[in-house]
Amino acid sequence: MVGKDCVAIACDLRLGLQALTVSNNFPKIFQYGDHVFLGLTGLATDVSTVSDLFRYKVNMYRLREERHIAPRTFANLVSSSLYERRFGPYFVSPVVAGLEPKTGKPFICGFDSIGCIDFAKDFIVSGTATEQLFGMCESLWEPDLGPDALFETISQALLNAVDRDALSGWGAHVYIIEKNKVTKRLLKGRQD
Amino acid sequence: MDTLVARYSRPTYQQNEAFSEQEQQDLADAVPSFSLKFAMPPVAHPSAWLRAATDDRSNPSCPIKIAHGTTTLAFRFQHGIIVATDSRATAGNWIASQTVKKVIEINSDLLGTMAGGAADCQYWLAWLGMQCRLHELRHKRRISVAAASKILANLVYQYKGMGLSMGTMCAGVTKEEGPALYYIDSDGTRLAGNLFCVGSGQTFAYGVLDAEYRYDLTTEEALELGSRSILAATHRDAYSGGFINLYHVKESGWEKHGFTDTNPVFWKTKLEKGEFSNVTSDLAE
Repeated sequence: MVGKDCVAIACDLRLGLQALTVSNNFPKIFQYGDHVFLGLTGLATDVSTVSDLFRYKVNMYRLREERHIAPRTFANLVSSSLYERRFGPYFVSPVVAGLEPKTGKPFICGFDSIGCIDFAKDFIVSGTATEQLFGMCESLWEPDLGPDALFETISQALLNAVDRDALSGWGAHVYIIEKNKVTKRLLKGRQD
Repeated sequence: MDTLVARYSRPTYQQNEAFSEQEQQDLADAVPSFSLKFAMPPVAHPSAWLRAATDDRSNPSCPIKIAHGTTTLAFRFQHGIIVATDSRATAGNWIASQTVKKVIEINSDLLGTMAGGAADCQYWLAWLGMQCRLHELRHKRRISVAAASKILANLVYQYKGMGLSMGTMCAGVTKEEGPALYYIDSDGTRLAGNLFCVGSGQTFAYGVLDAEYRYDLTTEEALELGSRSILAATHRDAYSGGFINLYHVKESGWEKHGFTDTNPVFWKTKLEKGEFSNVTSDLAE
């Protein structure tokens, strides 16, 4: 979710096998640089595999280029990596959030499982509670929110969306990304 | 009202006499069997058609989505019966409601629980309430739990294979039977027992209930065990949640013990008793 000179990314913590909740501490957000974050929803084994794959690819990029990866570059890396599996895709729908290193402007985008990029100026949602999240974000989000207002907005949007989805919830992580500060918070959501 | 009572009741001097054959036939005919005229879909095999259209387990994109997903439990103990349920209704993964009343008050001392198709349970337990009232008017005494549960079991058996979906428990305390508990499902099963859990969260509820259950529980312990079992199920089962609905059935009738949100109960149980240690309440790093 985009704010004024800041972005936020959040995920729930459930890992489940259909109706059975297997774990209540399965974060789906991964950091790939000071201001580059990736959220992954979908098949849990692919979430782990894909997050590790990008850790490897980003490390290789950093060694070769001797600089941190920019969110836009990372988004293109995600896209082309997913398309490499065009005929046997990873079952994930990633979300990228970050700040552009030169301008400090927010950058967010989402993908389908084979790498089609969806650039957005406001918010990106993915996962089993997609419909509920769209409803919450469409009604709560407004342009140029400050970091504190953005935290409140993304938290309310996520918590209220997962409370209407049987397969999501059980707590949440929220990251607020600013120019020289990243704040990570745990939300104690409903545990049913 | 007087005409109604006159039609269905007999003078007291006849009360203890055996029924004549004709009277027995009349009584049997008074219970509507298959004659409750439901509109049927205009196809060759209505039951097969209905199953195909409504069974979201075998066909997730079935056109008619029926509200499912539940945890309900009831158990007998020395001071009566505890009945407890969650309150979530789901249609697929969508949480349709968090405030469903899954305990159905059939009359002032009979309770029914609701699992499976919400409409099926609601309709047929209301219908059962009507049959119980008619029984009362005809015989000038309260129906036994055994008889009430059998009326329902016989009814659902008539509709077997037509796609009715219900797993219900009938609980009541009568002078003749003491505390009585029956499980009835839409396959036609009818079982008497001490302890039942029904619904998608039944295994989780059994886990807690079996571990702590004794017949000589005090009323307070029994109420706590009922709500703790439901709490465990709402935590692990995605299709159970919302509120804990608690009842105690005694000889003097049932007594409601609240419709409590699970969220504060969960955090109280976790933080004060140190249970649910699998849930993180601190941010790692």
